[in-house]
Amino acid sequence: MRIINILPGRPLALFLALLPFAAVFIAYAIGSELRLAENPADKLLPAPSTVWDTAVRLVTQPDRRSGDILFWQDTWASLKRLGLGVGISALVGMIFGLAIGLLPLVRSCLAQFVAVLSMIPPLALLPILFIVFGLGELSKVVLIVVGTLPFLIRDLSQRVLEIPQELIVKAQTLGASSWVIAMRVALPQLMPRLILAVRLSLGPAWLFLIAAEAIASDAGLGYRIFLVRRYLAMDVILTYVIWITLLAFAIDWVLRWASRRFFPWAEQGL
Amino acid sequence: MSFVVVQDVFQNYGRRPILERVNVAVDEGEFISIVGASGCGKSTFLRLLLAQERPTRGEIRIAGAAPAREPGLDRGIVFQRYSVFPHLTVRENIVTGESFRRGCGRFFGAERKATLARADDVLGRIGLDHVADQYPATLSGGMQQRLAIGQALSAKPRVLLLDEPFGALDPGTRLSMHDFLQDLRAETGMTVFMVTHDLEEAFKLGDRVLVFDKPRWDPQDPNLYGATITYDFDARDGGIPFQTLKEDTHVFQPA
Repeated sequence: MRIINILPGRPLALFLALLPFAAVFIAYAIGSELRLAENPADKLLPAPSTVWDTAVRLVTQPDRRSGDILFWQDTWASLKRLGLGVGISALVGMIFGLAIGLLPLVRSCLAQFVAVLSMIPPLALLPILFIVFGLGELSKVVLIVVGTLPFLIRDLSQRVLEIPQELIVKAQTLGASSWVIAMRVALPQLMPRLILAVRLSLGPAWLFLIAAEAIASDAGLGYRIFLVRRYLAMDVILTYVIWITLLAFAIDWVLRWASRRFFPWAEQGL
Repeated sequence: MSFVVVQDVFQNYGRRPILERVNVAVDEGEFISIVGASGCGKSTFLRLLLAQERPTRGEIRIAGAAPAREPGLDRGIVFQRYSVFPHLTVRENIVTGESFRRGCGRFFGAERKATLARADDVLGRIGLDHVADQYPATLSGGMQQRLAIGQALSAKPRVLLLDEPFGALDPGTRLSMHDFLQDLRAETGMTVFMVTHDLEEAFKLGDRVLVFDKPRWDPQDPNLYGATITYDFDARDGGIPFQTLKEDTHVFQPA
């Protein structure tokens, strides 16, 4: 039998899905065991139990100086920046995507401009953002917007252009104005695409967020990671990295769920 | 004067002629079938009737109005595919026939209730009342086309254009769609243009069958000349003309 025709059953599929996770964990545990056996004070690969203890301490014990639990403060600060940045990007991207996709005049004016803009490496703009917007929240949010918006505009305008011309013509024969076509035909069909595009741009958004926090901040997940790097506190770094991964995964899952829940007609490919 | 007048229409795409010297006049309530080989401008002609494109030369007038510059309420269209809105339920698709012409594209309150009731009437008539709350993707091809026709008709167009509406359907469904279309037509007396590849269908449904073909043909450059209407058949009475005598022969004719 050809290997392309061998399908795993449900238990095997579950086992195979868990296998790489278990493999990474075991590889890490062995590596940590070996290093700690040689030097019990080794900080590079802390034992899984140490990481767990640190994680519990981080999420439950308040900071001695401020009395706040820094872990949750960092999470809140980062999520706020990420949500604002991605939210603004999605909204502006949707408006420009619709305009470029539907209106030939706007398309002629902006399509090439956006294509050129999207080639600018956003991190190269970071110093400019810090100079112009200061070191506060604004520059971090703007970096996320600058980093994700060109992609969103290009992707969404392309999706609008992919709406079959037949539907646009049909709406016109039903007497729809340009506004009605945008609001009742193009926008609803764009929404699931918007969610998909936001899911894809969340990866870059996290990247820009952590980069901005690493350079200038006083709270945030990325800030904390780069702060404790000085003390080689691998247990803290690992806890934060796993937490960021979980957050990113959860956000992705929620968006996918929302897409299925609210746009059941757009089943395929989401 | 005829209802739809096509006068000396030429259409070029770039330097390439597609249609040339197309002239035809159609009375209100006539069913026109349009046939021809692929690439002979049938669909281009339909797009011109729809005003999705404007002719390079000549003009098309409906009911004596000025030539249209963009698709509008007076022309309804059903395509082979993508004719219904996938993001709206079957009932809402029918409602769009009345609501899209409004400033905001929807109805509210009592008006909405009345429109929904009318939409349910239409759905009952086209046999889709049992799937009113489903999305079009869950319907079969024939049901989707029935929905598309119902949607186009609920906007009450003056001319209905059909672009190979049954091309993707299986033969059985196609036959029942023929009955459906003939019933609707008997009911509304609508002027219909239908592009089809199926000659039998063309003669069965149409009052007239227009054949598009290229009258001139350059063997070195087949794209040199455009197509035009080469035949205009009377398709009533099974396509055999002069079967209905215009005079009553069994009556005493006083000298």
